[in-house]
Amino acid sequence: MARPTSRRPGINRKAQYSLFASYVVAVTGAAAGLLLVVVAIFDPTGFSAIRIATAEIGRPVSMALKGMVSGVSSLDEVLAAYWRAGSQNVALRRQVEADRNRIIEAKGVAQENLRLKKLLKLVDADASQVLTARLIASSATSTRRFARLNAGRWQGVRPGMPVRAPEGLIGRIHIATPNSSDVLLLTDTSNIVPVRRTNDNIPAISTGLGDGTVEIRALTAGRNPFKPGDLLVTSGIGGVYQPNIPVAVVVRAQGEIAYGVPLANPGRVDAVVVERAFEEAVTRPGPAAPPMSEEGVADNGATP
Amino acid sequence: MIDPHLHHVPRLGRHPSRFRLAGTPVITVMLGSFLTALPVIAQSPVMPPFGLLLLLSWRLLRPDLWRTWIGLPLGLFDDMMSGQPIGSAMSLWTVALIGIDMIEHRMVWRSYRQDWLIAALAIIFCIAGGLFFARITGGGNVRFLLVAPQMVWTILLFPFVVRQCARIDRWRVMA
Repeated sequence: MARPTSRRPGINRKAQYSLFASYVVAVTGAAAGLLLVVVAIFDPTGFSAIRIATAEIGRPVSMALKGMVSGVSSLDEVLAAYWRAGSQNVALRRQVEADRNRIIEAKGVAQENLRLKKLLKLVDADASQVLTARLIASSATSTRRFARLNAGRWQGVRPGMPVRAPEGLIGRIHIATPNSSDVLLLTDTSNIVPVRRTNDNIPAISTGLGDGTVEIRALTAGRNPFKPGDLLVTSGIGGVYQPNIPVAVVVRAQGEIAYGVPLANPGRVDAVVVERAFEEAVTRPGPAAPPMSEEGVADNGATP
Repeated sequence: MIDPHLHHVPRLGRHPSRFRLAGTPVITVMLGSFLTALPVIAQSPVMPPFGLLLLLSWRLLRPDLWRTWIGLPLGLFDDMMSGQPIGSAMSLWTVALIGIDMIEHRMVWRSYRQDWLIAALAIIFCIAGGLFFARITGGGNVRFLLVAPQMVWTILLFPFVVRQCARIDRWRVMA
């Protein structure tokens, strides 16, 4: 293919200037883009306001498509279930028999707990939940792992709030726009979650690897204490995540690092729950007792 | 005899509207960037950057369609749709377009294979640059191996996308 005409303006002065000006604009714009990236180094969520427009356009489209394909995403699971239906059925039935006793025991314990709490006049007001919403899209082309949530600032979502599913932790809110928000997934390379092992409380730190798995480093000295099959839950340190949210299960230990798979797959979960940051939920001022005691003190002071 | 309602028949003396001529390529590239709105919750960077693929296809198919600054608005839109920091695709796409212009000055006579090679270089540059930008803007320690599969199938997808672009282009210029 021969060289195109527009890039070879010849002796036409006007065309020459126009071509030159287009290069000046392009180079200046590229430099401005670099500058925006440099700004993002210091303030990663700085220009989130620019995304509002596309977020608002994209939300209804994603929602409509999500409604259409929600059945398709679990197709492989259904096919896999048919493969070993017979043996699986037997194994599952045994599992149910074994679990039934445990469930009855657990119900008893829960009831006893409730009774004891009543005796102690403890009120367990768990008001940490903000809302339930669905994940509708994600940053599939980028190396960062963000998912778009179908709820935003107008629904009460704020940056930093933890997001979880019944199966386990999903991530936390990164940017909140009026009607949708970006969730920084557990597997993002910048998402660091303080965790502990369930059976012996060994503290560790989970960092995403960007490919659907997480890297777990123990905070204890000595050799790597983790082995495949270990369950990890949030420890509540740091004040973002509630304690005891399931996070990941260890699949491989290698040197000082253990690799885990998140328990909640964001692609599979139907709805996620946005919670208040743990610290906020704990330190929120409730209907406090001080006025009562002050009155009491005043009464006491008045009577003598 | 040909029924005009069955097939789209170009007629003599009719010209496509200005909007169709200038707007179609821009809209297709934006739709390519918009594909991240699909309800797929990806666990790793798996989806090829269709916006970039369409931009390169149009650029190599129709060299005199755009000036190099077209990378700025289209890149900004792509940044808003993808999770990359704002300014990332803006600068990378524009630099890639300027690079293609420079190559065009050297290689006057090109064939389809050289075009594919140029597109492959541009794709590798843009994806690797995007990885670098994600890393320096708080993305943590992202390994290069993570984007290698995405690079491979983006490059392999280029011929298909060029073919589709050519199909759209034929509709674009025929009234």
